[in-house]
Amino acid sequence: MPDRVIELEAGAVALGGRPILRHVDLTVSAGEFVALMGANGSGKSTLVRALTGLHPLATGSLRLFGTPLHDFHDWQRVGFVPQRGGATSGVPASVWEVVASGRLTRRRLLRPMSRADRAAVSAALEVVGLADRSRDGVSTLSGGQQQRVLIARALAGEPELFFLDEPTAGVDLPNQEVLADTLSTLSGRGATIVLVAHELGPLAPLIDRAVVMRDGRIAYDGPPLAHDQVHHPDLAMIHVDALAHGHHHPEPERHDHAPHIASPLEGRP
Amino acid sequence: MTDYLDLLGLPFMQRALLAAVFTGLAAPAVGTYLVQRRLALMGDGIGHVAVTGVAVGLLTGASPTWTAVAVAVVGAVVIEVIRERGHTNGDVALALLFYGGLAGGVLITGLAGQSGARLQQYLFGSITTISVSDVVVTMVLAVVVVLVCVGLAPQLFAVAQDQEFARVAGLNIRLYNLLVAVLAAVSVTVAMRTVGLLLVSALMVVPVATAQQVSRTFRTTLAGAMVLGTLASVGGLLLSAYASFHARVAPGPTIVLLALAGFVVAWPVGVWLRSRRRLREPFPVVPASVHDEIEDHPHEHGDDCGHVAVPHGDHVDYVHDGHRHAPHGRHYDEH
Repeated sequence: MPDRVIELEAGAVALGGRPILRHVDLTVSAGEFVALMGANGSGKSTLVRALTGLHPLATGSLRLFGTPLHDFHDWQRVGFVPQRGGATSGVPASVWEVVASGRLTRRRLLRPMSRADRAAVSAALEVVGLADRSRDGVSTLSGGQQQRVLIARALAGEPELFFLDEPTAGVDLPNQEVLADTLSTLSGRGATIVLVAHELGPLAPLIDRAVVMRDGRIAYDGPPLAHDQVHHPDLAMIHVDALAHGHHHPEPERHDHAPHIASPLEGRP
Repeated sequence: MTDYLDLLGLPFMQRALLAAVFTGLAAPAVGTYLVQRRLALMGDGIGHVAVTGVAVGLLTGASPTWTAVAVAVVGAVVIEVIRERGHTNGDVALALLFYGGLAGGVLITGLAGQSGARLQQYLFGSITTISVSDVVVTMVLAVVVVLVCVGLAPQLFAVAQDQEFARVAGLNIRLYNLLVAVLAAVSVTVAMRTVGLLLVSALMVVPVATAQQVSRTFRTTLAGAMVLGTLASVGGLLLSAYASFHARVAPGPTIVLLALAGFVVAWPVGVWLRSRRRLREPFPVVPASVHDEIEDHPHEHGDDCGHVAVPHGDHVDYVHDGHRHAPHGRHYDEH
């Protein structure tokens, strides 16, 4: 039994009083590469933000590396790449400085960077292929390169678990390919990766498992799906196929807004 | 000239110079983080709130410096809480406090039976009337602000750069945000005697804006802003002292105008540097791109032919009149 990195049981998230995620169960084991998929507004980003502790759970329990979130302080084991347009702010900052801020999880207060810290920052820049741009201002990079800077920032803390929120959104194909190489390197080193994606593109071959969100609930959890399957209206059918392959899934759920008419003769599909 | 040197030797001038040095260091240090978070006007908002603090001091007979510190800290925390809760836009929250603070200050000053001139010392600064104890308070507070801003620079940078990332990295972002707000409030009151509450934000923001014209890294922006802030406040004070032989020149506005003059000088340099960097950015190497041969080119391109030379893979393209000409044997190719 591999180590369980994420254990979310019956998790629910409410934003401003409105329930967004309801009854979500998700367990991710060490070394897995999971893609969270679904349409806009399906709750996939909200789920990642709940898993990183950015959104509190309304009900349910979340354990990271076996520790309840409330008592979890080993944040250097977690790397987060937020969803955002770029890596710029109101003041110029060099690529090196932005990536070095990812090393804070392992630095003590009021201490200068150690040799190990510098080595980790250089290694992170090497992995994303931006070592030659480290002294340049972040604002001079393209959108795709800025996304790679944000990934390098998460890498600099040498985490075991990565959360990436839409890393491919608005990124051109060559940059997506560099991204895929980077994630493949990380995955090869044994990192656990949870990635939110609307479309997988060059990342598709890397995925071990797809979790499809629909209207705040998990609609599918199993082997990777093709793009048209993700948006197929009747995911439950795919569900059954996946069951035949011996995977464990929660009970097929019906959309809770649609009237559910059943008679003793209908049975399970 | 000897009159001028005699003037600089007077005790009140020496106190003013000390206050100017420390204010000039502290205000841009906090200002850098405010600008980084795109809250450049927060210093202004806190300054307006501090007017009420000064008026409370005038009314109760307590030291206006300390009542201003107290009210400014409360105001800064309120601005930060409103911003964090996100119920109102950050700038609307600032606007509400701007007017409340200023109106409250003027009203309470009237109630205290004090004249507008007394309040004006705080609104526009009166660095030359600063007392010994005020100088000591200014120096201590400024040193605290600078030590925190420089010592916690990695944490403050990470929080201002990306709050969500900083939070997942395990930083207590609320604590750091409140810390920046309190530091801003403290430096507003530190700068109150130098440039005045209505101009305080200039000393926090203008040196940062000037420094970032020429800097590419956060570290140089922070250091540059602190140097420029000190130059502006000391230079402005010396300038106004020198001019005072000929006309009535107030130090506060002189300091701010000198800081702005620095920006006016640095801005074209920044524009030039940025456009130069953009022009010389290497062209991407795209395989199998088509190119035309230019048969009769009247001009010989070379290292110092005056045209911008841009690296393009293993060779150089010369850019002129919308062309990208690459030397190829005896002719040029249009790339």
